[in-house]
Amino acid sequence: MKKIFTLILICLISFLSVFPKNNEITVSGSTTVFPIVQKASEVFMDKNPSINITVRGGGSGVGISNLIEGKVDIANSSRKIKEKEIYQAKENGINIYETVIANDALSIVVHPSNPVSEINLKTLKDIYTGKIRNWKELGGKDMSIVVVSRDVSSGTFEVFNEKVLENTKYREDALLLASNNAVLSTVKDTPGAIGYLGIGFVNESVKALKIEGVYPSKESVNNKTYKIARSLYLYTNGKPKGNIGKFIEFILSDEGQKIVEETGYIPLR
Amino acid sequence: MEKRKIRDGFATFLIHSISLISLVILALIVYDIFSKGYIAFKEVGFTNFIFGRKYYPTMDPPSFGIFNFIVSSIFVTLGSILVGLPLGVGSAIFLSEYANLKTKEILKPFIEILSSIPSVIFGFIGIVFIGPFIRRFFNIPTGLNLFTASFILGIVIIPIISSLTEDALSTVPSTLKEASYALGGTKFDTITRVVIPYTKGALISALLLGIGRSIGETMIVLMVAGGAMNFPNSIFSPVRPLTSTIAAEMGETAVGTTHFYVLYGIALVLLFLTLILTLISNRFIKNLKRE
Repeated sequence: MKKIFTLILICLISFLSVFPKNNEITVSGSTTVFPIVQKASEVFMDKNPSINITVRGGGSGVGISNLIEGKVDIANSSRKIKEKEIYQAKENGINIYETVIANDALSIVVHPSNPVSEINLKTLKDIYTGKIRNWKELGGKDMSIVVVSRDVSSGTFEVFNEKVLENTKYREDALLLASNNAVLSTVKDTPGAIGYLGIGFVNESVKALKIEGVYPSKESVNNKTYKIARSLYLYTNGKPKGNIGKFIEFILSDEGQKIVEETGYIPLR
Repeated sequence: MEKRKIRDGFATFLIHSISLISLVILALIVYDIFSKGYIAFKEVGFTNFIFGRKYYPTMDPPSFGIFNFIVSSIFVTLGSILVGLPLGVGSAIFLSEYANLKTKEILKPFIEILSSIPSVIFGFIGIVFIGPFIRRFFNIPTGLNLFTASFILGIVIIPIISSLTEDALSTVPSTLKEASYALGGTKFDTITRVVIPYTKGALISALLLGIGRSIGETMIVLMVAGGAMNFPNSIFSPVRPLTSTIAAEMGETAVGTTHFYVLYGIALVLLFLTLILTLISNRFIKNLKRE
């Protein structure tokens, strides 16, 4: 009898937890935006203990499709939402609202021993499409170029494609790696490598190149002189109100923007 | 009496339904992959999909040829067998025929531990140590390639092959071995001419299980195979097997696009490959039992 009672109790409890509570905010999407929102949610929950925020990764596409299906309140995205997705959302009765929370720049990185320190967008494109195959052609050592790229579905690749490749096909033998960290450790260990990384992932083990004469930095991104930069977005259903609104306001506040900077991205101000 | 019968009937029902659960889950998985994978074949076209050499899923216009991935999967698997089979069988023969009890007691747990290491750790070691080492050793542009992936997968399948082989070796009747010694055969003769032929069937099923593990392995190839979509022209080409394509792209692909269905199509191809392998191995095992 006691066992059955316990069983019923467990069932009841698990049923209850299925129903969403009002002060529950769910977030999913881009793994690039994830660290910012995760950190911000921790600080925000400390200040507002009654609100519970769950943040998941999954990728920009996943976040947006979750939002379209009404599964989450906020979608993180490292790319602008596509026309097709806005249209799908409308069909589901969801009105997409966009908030830019930070900027991100892609750093072009090479092995520290590489003498090349500057590159322009055209040359970069030629390297990735396979027109330039040896560092010699850029005034470097006689060493073949190992092209390192991110997976073609990642938001990071999407930005690189938009700003550098301009939809030209990249070399077939380009290494397509699954994460920023994989790119970092590969470039670090490969003298002939060139790769791109979110600016927050760059450390002294690799060498960041100047693009069109400009180093990636907060100033050069915000005044738009650094060319390979993007914005990071939060998407919601309609203009955020209530707790969701409060949370997004917090990310945009001075304190929230400080978190953006701490996690290695570029604050809006 | 009645009560006992009811109880027994209930228990039988319960156990039957539990065994059905796995069947139902399998059926659901197969149905899901078929129903979505089929759309990829329809939208891309069978020949373009299976034999296409270009894979640019996010370009405009996109291309979805997965031929190079199929070949890469097969090459990586073959390579892993070339590494894992001799090492696995060799270690099994050593353990069961040469090693004394004490050595065996020390060595065997190590092989078992090898099988319990999560594959992400192999991937990590591959990316941080083995890859750079292979790049320097062979003086090639990058250490993330077909060879490295095969090598690490080969190590991963050693315990599978070794433990199955060892089980089989222990079934060889001592009378057979003794007969061989009585005829003046050396230990080596006995192993190569008596023990191995006797366990042929088990060796083949060990091999097929190893292949199954290699072809389905995802994390390691995702981390160390390099991920390039080119055709593997040399053993040092960076490659991209089927599994890592799915793993790398599924998370970031918008649901309902052709790209999304293509990933399901790849899963269908993978399912088909492993199905063929299972059928072949069942065939072998049956034939051998008949012998």
